[in-house]
Amino acid sequence: MAITSIKTGSSFTNLIKYNDFLAGNTAYQPTAYESIATVTVGSGGSSTITFSSIPSTYQHLQIRGIARTNRSDAAYDIVKLNLNSDTGNNYSHHFVYGDGSGTSAGATTSTNTIFNYYVGTGFASANIFGTLVIDILDYANTNKYKTTRTLGGVDFNNGSFGFIVLGSGNWRNTNTITSISLAPQAGNSFNQYTQFGLFGIKGA
Amino acid sequence: MAAGATYFPIATTTLGSNQTNITFSAISGSYTDLILISHYASQLNNYNFFIRFNSDTGNNYSSTTLAGSPSGATSAMLSNYSNVLLTQYVGAGTSLTYPGDTIAHIMNYSNTTTYKTVLARDNAVKNDGAMQTGATVGLWRNTAAITSITIGTNSGYLVSGTTATLYGIEYA
Repeated sequence: MAITSIKTGSSFTNLIKYNDFLAGNTAYQPTAYESIATVTVGSGGSSTITFSSIPSTYQHLQIRGIARTNRSDAAYDIVKLNLNSDTGNNYSHHFVYGDGSGTSAGATTSTNTIFNYYVGTGFASANIFGTLVIDILDYANTNKYKTTRTLGGVDFNNGSFGFIVLGSGNWRNTNTITSISLAPQAGNSFNQYTQFGLFGIKGA
Repeated sequence: MAAGATYFPIATTTLGSNQTNITFSAISGSYTDLILISHYASQLNNYNFFIRFNSDTGNNYSSTTLAGSPSGATSAMLSNYSNVLLTQYVGAGTSLTYPGDTIAHIMNYSNTTTYKTVLARDNAVKNDGAMQTGATVGLWRNTAAITSITIGTNSGYLVSGTTATLYGIEYA
């Protein structure tokens, strides 16, 4: 029901006149950062995590999460990232990392995925998960190849090594990104409690 | 796919006087990740900037750091330590003329099944050799939900004007 008039009387004196019904309160401004979808791995593990039907209404995407794989011969693993189900040799990636005692950098060209370093594995002490924050820039722009950048790492408190990594990737395709798949590189499954969230960042 | 606005500011602290640390307490468990953005300087030149959770001062932390400075790139690690060192250069100076900055991602802070990990990027730039850009991964060997966060320096104090803002990110 619309309010069409208010009559003042003895109980309505010294009132402030507002031009809208916010009445002095600030308007709620939603943030430009929205959660799109989340995948949490259950007790059976998961070989792949896929975000599909990604809307093209954002400017950038971000993937955040914690992960642990079932790799059994080393304490660390890599998370592979593929876009729009493309498994051709249309990707390249490079990295620089510190392992607690030294630094290293490297690159791979014309390869079939983007590596994101590093996460924990079942070989590591219990409860240790690696973490990744992956930015995918201008994912809906059809005039550019797509680029990613990653901040990732895992620490083991083992006195021998940990990994903190800055990485970037390129997909030589101008298509809008509509799906993203994540999978372990050495292990064949993500362990329980692995969790990745996909977020969209709006443009103006 | 569901979508919802997130990345909400939880609290901001701006020091009105020199203080040894800043603590955010009574943190709600209603988010999935926390992001702490700090802009700071310390009383003492080039001292460490740390983060600590739930007032735990035991040797339950470890960290691995990658740093680039005018002398080159280095990596270091600390095990069984009393906090996570987010940077070795607190503003590369003793005033906010050359402040340092750190963005720390505190991942999955409210779950009770995993140890907690923090990922951070830091920078400190001064117009001389005392500069650093770096990144750190830190581990707190505790499965408890994080309800308080303390940041500070290992010696001296954070200078007046230091700011820190805590944000919450809720997964869909």
